[in-house]
Amino acid sequence: MSKFEALTGDQAVATAMRQINPDVVAAYPITPQTETVEFFAEYVADGLVDTEFITVESEHSAMSACVGASAAGARVMTATSANGLALMWEIVYIAASLRCPIVMSLVNRALSGPINIHCDHSDVMGMRDAGWIILFSENGQEAYDNTLQAVRIAEHPDLLLPVAVCQDGFITSHSMERVEVYDDAEVKKFIGTYQPRWPLLDVAHPKTFGPLDFYDYYYEHKRQQVEAMEHAERVILGVAEEFNRKFHRNYGLFEPYRLEDAEVAVVVTNSTAGTARGVVDSLRAQGLKVGLLKPRVFRPFPARALTDALRHLKAVAVMDRSISFGAMNNAGPLFLETAAALALNGVHLPIADYVFGLGGRDIRPSEIERVYRDLLRVAETGQVEQMVTYLSVRE
Amino acid sequence: MAQLKGWREIPIGGMILEAGNAVNYLTGGWRAFRPVRGEAECIHCFQCWLFCPDSSIMVDAENEKMVGFDLEHCKGCGLCAAVCPVNDKVRRKAEEELPRDDPRLCIRMVIEGQQE
Repeated sequence: MSKFEALTGDQAVATAMRQINPDVVAAYPITPQTETVEFFAEYVADGLVDTEFITVESEHSAMSACVGASAAGARVMTATSANGLALMWEIVYIAASLRCPIVMSLVNRALSGPINIHCDHSDVMGMRDAGWIILFSENGQEAYDNTLQAVRIAEHPDLLLPVAVCQDGFITSHSMERVEVYDDAEVKKFIGTYQPRWPLLDVAHPKTFGPLDFYDYYYEHKRQQVEAMEHAERVILGVAEEFNRKFHRNYGLFEPYRLEDAEVAVVVTNSTAGTARGVVDSLRAQGLKVGLLKPRVFRPFPARALTDALRHLKAVAVMDRSISFGAMNNAGPLFLETAAALALNGVHLPIADYVFGLGGRDIRPSEIERVYRDLLRVAETGQVEQMVTYLSVRE
Repeated sequence: MAQLKGWREIPIGGMILEAGNAVNYLTGGWRAFRPVRGEAECIHCFQCWLFCPDSSIMVDAENEKMVGFDLEHCKGCGLCAAVCPVNDKVRRKAEEELPRDDPRLCIRMVIEGQQE
């Protein structure tokens, strides 16, 4: 039987980790991910898991230990945030390149500087080209559900790619919410046993991981990573379908909300999508045809499906919780990819970017409402007056 | 080198699933310096064989002799010459600084492509 518990986002992920019972966890505490590691350390101390918990001296070592353990044939997890992720950097790429199905809880926090510990998405956006699958979570429930699914996605034989499961620092990670925790045995059945295909510890079949790879073969290995990413959308949807059936959820590549008959819509992910949903409801009550699209899968970027979901609109706004400095119009990464996806799939509609919430700056319903009001005006004129707006920054 | 394979034909992630296949990868072309035998007589101590990082010291195991260098794999690091105890002895006797290609040594390092 599943039960409802009051959990923070960090605790929800720790609970998922307890149920997954990974062979190895190597992690270093960093705000706002710390609670996950603390709770998990308790589970280890209390004998609730069989995990080899490696308390490393840095995140670079954490990810290195994860890669080593994964190559050995272990089911491996870790957790980090912002600067911790940055310290892992070198090995983040290597984990994907060596095809290690590691699952990482990434509690989104602003990547300094100046030093800041609060939420934005500058940390995860930095790893978008690293070869990881990236999932976003609106709340503790989704962080929990995505973590469980991530194990299956990562370990799928057509993929063998690491997966990062994101949630918003503090807003989600430290807010206590109602989370449905599924029965341990049911989760165990869903997760299944990991059958590593080429475990290094299988000494009867000696092999080498991570050898020197030059101009003669490196490029072919990168092409293989592309191939795995090509399969990822299908695998993610397959795992979601099974998960939805078993645990009565509704996961896909993204979540549309009142989008079907909408004239304008906002694309926004993680916790802010929850706030935006409330704004949609209040504007709908006023008779305004507004909708919402909440991306769940950011890597691989579901360009075609996203285009199909947005093509009927008269105007779209993307809300970005990070800036790609120096990119076109200094826009955010989510906007740039969404705009490119629409344009290259032949859908030409007015689209604007709204950067918000950097370094944990609050985003209020009134500000999201302003975005919708702007959009409704754009829908009438067909003209975007300002491509990128920095919401609620003081002049 | 063997025929290069396409991305569908090779293990993912750069994994090498076959043990000991470094022998198929010829690295002799990387060499800037080449080890050659000098005048001093080899005592077949196998120090060079023990230290060579590329298993490029050829030995006659049955007769316990060092017989030469595998120049298809030797990268010319010079570790063999550095650990050779006969080289040490020659250098001490000479009472002067000997260049690494001095003909009196047991293992000399000469510039690749130049006359021995």
